[in-house]
Amino acid sequence: MSEPIQVENHCIHDHDSTKIFGFWIYLLQDLFLFATLFANMAVFSASYDIGPSGRDFIDLTFVLVETVLLLVSSITYGFAMIQLHRNSLVGMQIWMTVTFFLGLTFIMMELYEFNHLIHAGAAPWVSAYWSSFFVLVATHGAHVTGGLLWMICMFVHLSWDGLNTNNRTRMTCLSLFWHFLDIVWIGVFTLVYLLGAL
Amino acid sequence: MFGRFTDPAAQAFSALQHEPIVLYTVVAVGIIFFLVLVGITLFGWWGTLWRNWITTVDHKRIGIMYVILALVMLIRGFVDALMMRMHQAVAVGGESAGYLPPDHYDQIFTAHGTIMIFFMATPLLFGLFNYVIPLQIGARDVAFPFLNNLGFWITCSGAVLINLSLAIGNFARVGWLAYPPLSEVSGSPDTGMDYYLWSLQLSGIATTIGAVNFVATIIKMRAPGMTMMKMPVFCWTTLISNVLILMIYPVLTVAFALLACDRYLGMHFFTNDGGGNPMAYINYVWMFGHPEVYVLVLPAFGILSEVVPTFSSKRLFGYTSMVWAILVILVLSFLVWVHHFFTMGGGIAVNTFFSTTTMVIAVPTGVKIFNWLFTMYKGRIRLEAPMLWCLGMMFTFVGGGLTGVMLSIAPADWQFHNSLFLVAHFHHTIIGGVVFSYFAGFVYWFPKAFGIKLNRSLGICAFLCWFVGFYLAFFPLYILGLMGATRRLQHYIEPSWQPYFIIAMIGAFIIALGILCTVLQLLLAIWYGFMHKGILPVHENDPWGDARTLEWSISSPPPAYNFAIIPDVKTLDAYWAMKMTGSKRKKTDFSDIHMPSNTSAGFFAGLLSLILGFALVWHLWWLVALSFISIIAVIILHSFVSDHNGYYLSSGDVQMIEDQFTTYLESKGIQA
Repeated sequence: MSEPIQVENHCIHDHDSTKIFGFWIYLLQDLFLFATLFANMAVFSASYDIGPSGRDFIDLTFVLVETVLLLVSSITYGFAMIQLHRNSLVGMQIWMTVTFFLGLTFIMMELYEFNHLIHAGAAPWVSAYWSSFFVLVATHGAHVTGGLLWMICMFVHLSWDGLNTNNRTRMTCLSLFWHFLDIVWIGVFTLVYLLGAL
Repeated sequence: MFGRFTDPAAQAFSALQHEPIVLYTVVAVGIIFFLVLVGITLFGWWGTLWRNWITTVDHKRIGIMYVILALVMLIRGFVDALMMRMHQAVAVGGESAGYLPPDHYDQIFTAHGTIMIFFMATPLLFGLFNYVIPLQIGARDVAFPFLNNLGFWITCSGAVLINLSLAIGNFARVGWLAYPPLSEVSGSPDTGMDYYLWSLQLSGIATTIGAVNFVATIIKMRAPGMTMMKMPVFCWTTLISNVLILMIYPVLTVAFALLACDRYLGMHFFTNDGGGNPMAYINYVWMFGHPEVYVLVLPAFGILSEVVPTFSSKRLFGYTSMVWAILVILVLSFLVWVHHFFTMGGGIAVNTFFSTTTMVIAVPTGVKIFNWLFTMYKGRIRLEAPMLWCLGMMFTFVGGGLTGVMLSIAPADWQFHNSLFLVAHFHHTIIGGVVFSYFAGFVYWFPKAFGIKLNRSLGICAFLCWFVGFYLAFFPLYILGLMGATRRLQHYIEPSWQPYFIIAMIGAFIIALGILCTVLQLLLAIWYGFMHKGILPVHENDPWGDARTLEWSISSPPPAYNFAIIPDVKTLDAYWAMKMTGSKRKKTDFSDIHMPSNTSAGFFAGLLSLILGFALVWHLWWLVALSFISIIAVIILHSFVSDHNGYYLSSGDVQMIEDQFTTYLESKGIQA
């Protein structure tokens, strides 16, 4: 599909833009998924039952570090895309690696936080508040994990085929995905952690 | 290792042991399945089945497979309906009245609703989208052919999973939207609810995949010159319906996922304890559920907007108002969900708001009805089967809408709520509005897909049986509802209700005759295909005459690439304009056409997702992990092999295929 088009065929002409458009549509769908989870969090924001409240456990400094890691990873992914537009495979791989490890650290910190919370008595089965907390944060985390897995696949794709059209499209979609997760995290940070710590 | 199979409370095989009806059904289905497999082997069809159907990425073949799935599920769902009607006709007295014990009866009404909406209506909808949309917009395929195949197989595995519950374990006994706390572990401890959750999650994922595909297809792949306001109305309704799917299915996915978290991980979203709130689920599920009604009915409106002009030999009246009405419905459909539970106790302000919006939504719907009526006005109306379905739809749907306005009045709704009046109302709109229209579309586009029309007399019989049967089956329910009969009754003690239930049963059997007529029509068509050894000869492009949209400009059945030359669209009703200006079909000088390659990844991912669903239901955690990892592996592997995907159909081949059509047209003396 990457070779120049000799035949009159409009479905290939802009096939890559169709793919990117389709990915935007997918993100729209994902946005509604998170919107529902945010609404759910708001509904149960005070349903502590007999369990601990949010402010007993939320450690804003820890979460701030997580936030910075994820935001910086968005910037480094942006640098990778700049390298892509400069056709520099090596530069791109370097920035992708940095992004990957920032994302990985984020996930590790999140897992540590979950483990800590559960052992300290703020487990998802304690009350509706903690159920909503865990489901929302973990859904975001699962998306980030998916993004990391996608990056691993991209390393293989790139080392096999280099910067061909397909890989450029994939990198663009992954870029949209990664920035999207960043924006969702801003929502999580504000709604779950900042408001929860009040 | 064996998960819940070793748990006696899960009752893995108790239905087979204690319910003769279930046992006979399972044995009969097993025998039919076995005979089909034997037949395929004897005729040596495995190869062609694998190459031409299972691994296909051709939107036309996938569309046909969706419709077949929907028809099979229609029969499954309809048998449930017949059983309920037969049971209620005799269930006067105590719990032992009738022939269905409460436990089985509850499973039947849950399965009926769930299957009809998610595994009958939705696949039929996607079947029509798949077949018609790329042809109407002048495209050679959908935007993402692989996703199309994947979506079909995930839908299929959802359908298989929900039907597995018949043989192994139980199905849910909770009503089609599974309100908690009844659907929590405390109310439904066995496997039924889990079958419900995972089969519907699969269906939801598949529907979302399909919606992404169709929005991208309609936005990005229209023929040159076809601006948004030159699209056929069916494309508009499909676009809006898919946008709705993208906005509401995530809500359903979340609602079901949260319920699954409650059930599997002991969380407290919708439980009575732990700070949970069952009403939250009911709100989520209706935020999905009400727009879902419009997901189903908007394309039905689109079908009428195609069929009515064709059989009135006139252009559609009020195209622009039609499009705006669709958009208004898109917005309003999000503002009415609370009318499903005015009895929640939301207070006067809340109920008044949702009551008013519900009444307002009748306005754009009315606009459409008037547009079709004005299209018919002074038209040359031909009463072919598709047109009969449309007329039946208009007549019936208006009635259903009127009782809807009655239900929208909040104080009155407190009386109607959960009564058979409500059941009659939504069947009135769904059968009258959705089913009749889908049948109109099915009969209308059938000759496009196979080259021959369905038998006309049987088609008219089918319509008349459905039409008469519907009124007999559901008007007694309106009366019963006003007499105080609630929905989902396993038995009743009021003998004066019985005559109405008997009339309703007779109506259901008349509908069964209608379905039988459709089956006979299809058998005739299958016989025709059999005589031609599966290679259907091309027939004329415009069998109904006076068709207006692009799908009727190419041969029936269309070639794999649809359009040898992508049409250049200048006006609305592009094919009509071609006929009027007398533009000639191009017969030579074709170019090579790029085609996507088949792939088996969709089939394997679907199969694995069935295994995943089954493992989740039965708590086979090792199998859950294994199948989940395998699905991801299949998708990743596909991404690595699909890069070198696709091939070119040479201009010589295109010439050969087009020549067949030219020869046919010349032999019939048709100038095109």
